[in-house]
Amino acid sequence: MLAETITLAFQAIRRNAMRSFLTVLGVIIGVAAVVAMVTIGQGASDQVTAQIEGQGANLIFLSAVEGEFDAPAKPFDSDDVEALIEQIPAVLTAAPFGSTQMTLVNGNLNHATQVTGTDSRYLIVTGRNLIHGRAFTPGEEASGVAVCILGETVRQALFGRADPVGMRIRLGAISCEVVGLLEPLGGGGFGRDEDDIVLIPMRTFQRRIQGTRDIYAIQIALRDGTSNSGGVSAIESLMRERRRIAPDEDDDFNVLSMDQIAEMLADVTGVLTGLLASIAGVSLLVGGIGIMNIMLVSVTERTREIGIRLAVGAQAGQVLMQFLIEAVVLSMFGGVIGLVLGFVLAAVVAQYMGIPFSPDLAVAALAFVFSAFIGVVFGYFPARRAARLDPIEALRHQ
Amino acid sequence: MTDTVIELQGVTRVYGAGDTEVRALDGIDLVIRKGEFVAIMGPSGSGKSTALNVLGCLDSPTSGQYRFKGVEVGTLDRDQRALLRRHFLGFVFQGYNLLPRTSALMNVELPLIYKGMPRQDRLVAAAAALDKVGLAHRAHHDPSELSGGQQQRVAIARALAGNPEVILADEPTGNLDTKRSVEIMELLQGLNRDGMTIIMVTHEDDMAEYAGRLIWMVDGRIERDAPTRKAVADAG
Repeated sequence: MLAETITLAFQAIRRNAMRSFLTVLGVIIGVAAVVAMVTIGQGASDQVTAQIEGQGANLIFLSAVEGEFDAPAKPFDSDDVEALIEQIPAVLTAAPFGSTQMTLVNGNLNHATQVTGTDSRYLIVTGRNLIHGRAFTPGEEASGVAVCILGETVRQALFGRADPVGMRIRLGAISCEVVGLLEPLGGGGFGRDEDDIVLIPMRTFQRRIQGTRDIYAIQIALRDGTSNSGGVSAIESLMRERRRIAPDEDDDFNVLSMDQIAEMLADVTGVLTGLLASIAGVSLLVGGIGIMNIMLVSVTERTREIGIRLAVGAQAGQVLMQFLIEAVVLSMFGGVIGLVLGFVLAAVVAQYMGIPFSPDLAVAALAFVFSAFIGVVFGYFPARRAARLDPIEALRHQ
Repeated sequence: MTDTVIELQGVTRVYGAGDTEVRALDGIDLVIRKGEFVAIMGPSGSGKSTALNVLGCLDSPTSGQYRFKGVEVGTLDRDQRALLRRHFLGFVFQGYNLLPRTSALMNVELPLIYKGMPRQDRLVAAAAALDKVGLAHRAHHDPSELSGGQQQRVAIARALAGNPEVILADEPTGNLDTKRSVEIMELLQGLNRDGMTIIMVTHEDDMAEYAGRLIWMVDGRIERDAPTRKAVADAG
């Protein structure tokens, strides 16, 4: 009986192929949106996780800002960096961090990027390696000469595939010798490119670009096996002490751990997911109403058929089942198309954004179940109407 | 009395209430035995269609008793009446009422699907029923490819396929010309000779003559219930 009913549902849908397709368009769009969104979200989150793990989950960012809007506050100095390393056992190492947007020039090629002033401890803090050349020497760091280390993206923009080490580029007005090349990390989460970076010694950054000895940010790496929150509070109390903040005063600096960054990213992803989910929800609702509408039309068109079925002995439940299954098959047909479309969309977006494409079987199953659910919910009312028809009236229907 | 299939006592069917009340059936007493071929006639509005609907368990009496094979139909709910139709009744309609865009064979299969017959048995039974009405060669044609007479024969095959106790026919020749009508009536007569109980509503005297018993209804009552002239002649 069930097999016949399902066959019948397919027949009914095939007879009205165009109408059926237009009807399930809403479900197609809804399911495609959900599938694409979840798949892209999963890819982005996989990447962020990988990146955080790659950079070390123990990374902490300390910046001299205060208040709700991160207004610049009293800067740090190099003693602060040393104090963090020496006085907090959990701190593995720390590096000063200053950055600004500049245009780099090599011959007739130029490239605008983030120029970062730091020292060689930066490589330990971020867990990055050089694939070519060398780090800054202590002498270079002390005297502030113009040397730089390039990220892969910058190298490609200025040198193509050529070896930049030993070459000179211009950073604004500064002529700078390339001494090293960073190992590429690959595309960043949400389109941020971690390889689009130039490192110069902090002293050089202060002297030649910033014009002061101020340090506005410090990157800190905690030792493996130490607690993130413990590290954060140790840094906070040390900084409060060094900056002489009274117990009743607020911090005039900000400590941000990777955990917190991951949380913020999760929040952003959550907001995006919520937004897309509501669009998908509306689309599925409209799709469901479309199915209900077309099923009502179908019940009216096939009133006589229903009368015939009732006359030959179909029970109300069997008629209900027939139309319910038809609605579910219709809706799942939309679900399958939407699923394929969603995965294709996710693959394209993943390619474009440079994030991994992570299709999930659970998502496919969910889309399947969800579209069936839509069919049941919105097919029930028309099916019940069919089941309640009076056989005599139905047979008389023209 | 073991061969009594249908027994009505004081059956009424009332539509509406108050001033608009219509007594379509107004106290019907009737016994139909196995193997009878009964024609019901009467002017329009005499209640003959309502009578057929009640007899066919598509409708329930408002009052009175209707026993089908000893079962009191008035106490059954919709689904129980559907089961009675499924297992004991076959219908033939004026407008054929075949499923469109569905082959003759599949139309005949329909009641067997609801009987829960396995597919293979179903195909055999449906083909046999089509053969009985002389349409085996048209089994895979859609109703739209068949003439009116052929469509009605498919409908009769459908009624037969479930091997019912009674076939109810509502003006089975109403849409057909005389030649086709005669063919259909001869087919029904043949089925009756093989033992099938048939109840037919018609407004054509010629067609009623194929039956063995004629019930004449007026205003929801049975005015006359007698053997047809032909039956008298055959007996005589």
